[in-house]
Amino acid sequence: MATEFEIDSQTDEMLETTMELGIADVEGLSEKPKTFGQLARERFFGHKLAIVGGIGLILLVALFWLGPMLSEWEFDERNVADRLLGPSAEHWFGTDEIGRDLFVRTAKGGLYSMRIGLIAAVVATVTGTAFGALAGFFGGVWDGIVSNLVNLVLTVPAIIVLSVFANKFGASAIGLALVLAGLLWTRIARVVRGVVLSIKEQEYIMAARAAGASNSRIMFRHLLPNIVGAIAVEVTLLIGTVIVLESTLSFLGLGVKPPNASLGTLVADAKGDIDSDPIRVLTPGIFIILIVLCVNFLGDGLRDALDPRAKGSDSSEAKNAKKAAKKARKQLGKQGPGYIAGARTDRSSIGKI
Amino acid sequence: MSDALLTVDHLNVGFATKAGIVQAATDITFEIYPGEVLAVVGESGSGKSVTALALMRLHPDNTIVTGDVRFEGRDLLNMSDREMRATRGNDIAMIFQDPMTAMNPVFAVGDQIVETIRVHDSSVSKQEAWTKSVDLLKLVGVPEPKQRASQYPHEYSGGMRQRAMIAMAIANDPKLLIADEPTTALDVTVQAQVMEVLNEVQAETGSAMMLITHDLGLVAGSADRVQVMYASRLMETGTIDQIFYESQNPYTMALLDSIPDLDGLKEQLEPIPGNPPSLLNPPSGCAFRPRCAFAADVCAAEVPVRVRVGDQHESRCARTHELETLVGVTS
Repeated sequence: MATEFEIDSQTDEMLETTMELGIADVEGLSEKPKTFGQLARERFFGHKLAIVGGIGLILLVALFWLGPMLSEWEFDERNVADRLLGPSAEHWFGTDEIGRDLFVRTAKGGLYSMRIGLIAAVVATVTGTAFGALAGFFGGVWDGIVSNLVNLVLTVPAIIVLSVFANKFGASAIGLALVLAGLLWTRIARVVRGVVLSIKEQEYIMAARAAGASNSRIMFRHLLPNIVGAIAVEVTLLIGTVIVLESTLSFLGLGVKPPNASLGTLVADAKGDIDSDPIRVLTPGIFIILIVLCVNFLGDGLRDALDPRAKGSDSSEAKNAKKAAKKARKQLGKQGPGYIAGARTDRSSIGKI
Repeated sequence: MSDALLTVDHLNVGFATKAGIVQAATDITFEIYPGEVLAVVGESGSGKSVTALALMRLHPDNTIVTGDVRFEGRDLLNMSDREMRATRGNDIAMIFQDPMTAMNPVFAVGDQIVETIRVHDSSVSKQEAWTKSVDLLKLVGVPEPKQRASQYPHEYSGGMRQRAMIAMAIANDPKLLIADEPTTALDVTVQAQVMEVLNEVQAETGSAMMLITHDLGLVAGSADRVQVMYASRLMETGTIDQIFYESQNPYTMALLDSIPDLDGLKEQLEPIPGNPPSLLNPPSGCAFRPRCAFAADVCAAEVPVRVRVGDQHESRCARTHELETLVGVTS
């Protein structure tokens, strides 16, 4: 009889755990429906890497923006006596070969790189989206024109064009950004064209037409929201690409021109001393990597958040349900084998009697 | 029955393909009267949907459409794009086959109904339109319409989504509803419910309905008149009783013989032998000839014309007048 009682108490516990699970489920269902914005926000904030990327970017911008204000040194202030100093309380990142404070220069240069990245990415995205949507939506002649234009730009040897034009327009941030955007918009255009082509054939576009929607309405109300996710990812990746590209060009002396500085030119300035003073090369280099990494994490989170077909989020109720399930599994696991063995022996003994 | 809502006269729809012109709908002539339900029945590829899309001018670019289509006397095929847009979704609304793909995934269901209303009448405020969309969802039997309106299509089940599609279609009190296989993508149990909603809504709004389907059971339950299509042509047109009990067309008869009946009176189902013909290169004469039990030499000579065989009853068969004796002989 004792074993029977044991079984009873165990089944009770099992019931309790399943009930716990059940309650978690019911709570999930009874919640009020959320808007797309709420869902997207929730998914975004449930994405750990995206949060890391976002906070990282905010911190970097804050550092680049506010840092120079706290420092007593000016961007262009030379102090030849203090040249080539290592990091110290006075000069946080040390000084360069003509005694300029490297922290201030890195901060300003980082901001300059970011600005170019942002401008180029925005321009490339707007242009690319417009051309891609035009080609995908209207097809035919438009598609021919845009596709050939894209192919033309893609066949152009990028390094040569960049060397020539970046060198020519590199004096201003906007000039350099436009040159980079002029080459990079094709990436966005191709992605958008593909997405639009596939969405255009969806039945809900036909349904919208059947409901009397005009072309522009279909484009802006039905197509655009569906491709925002894809575009957001491309934009963030593009910002990363632009920053790397700009740094490379500036490193080669073809991009940003003095008196301006970017992370790329800072690396270039220090490259001769890599054996004696590796930190001077590494600091701007690490910042390039940090910026690009943060931007890419952010893009990843945006893609997940803006996917209209993504189910719920990994936060709140979903997490609670997962926790409850884990707990239940643990409990069952602990008692599982013993419980089953006990039940078997018990049943067999009943059979024998 | 004089004031037809929609008059279709000798409508031809062809697709220009690399292999040649595919004649998807040939010589389609029919009328729809206010408030009636006209079922269009046929196999896949018989031209039902193509006809409907051509009426709405939603056909693809490579389509050649000829003929005359008048809606309340207005020429649908030749009106401006702007006029056509004003007609779509307002005077003529369409319900699509697959509710899974016919709603935009990024908008709440209520917002999609609001949009349908406001596309045609921007004087309606968003608030009013929202209230109306909740009412519409209630009308089509969506439970808790207030909460449901702010949900997204992926949060709806198939049947609920089709109900929402119906709500969207009737949002502007259309005079004609075109339902293109509205229940094909649904479970059998849900089909009946959705059909019921559709019939109720149609009766309540008094709109006419063109019900495109390949399900004869559905037709029997809800249509007033039926037209049977085969290989791009209308084979037979008549009232529901004429089609089901007094059919004068070998194809319709074969179609009816191929459906099971619950009384078990039929010992064996009679499938129609063979396959539908290629529309790129149709057989000479009657397209059904290769599969028809009554085919004779006359059938190959030329495409049979439509013959009036009774009040509101027309059939396309070269041997219409011999048919009664022929059917008697075989059975």
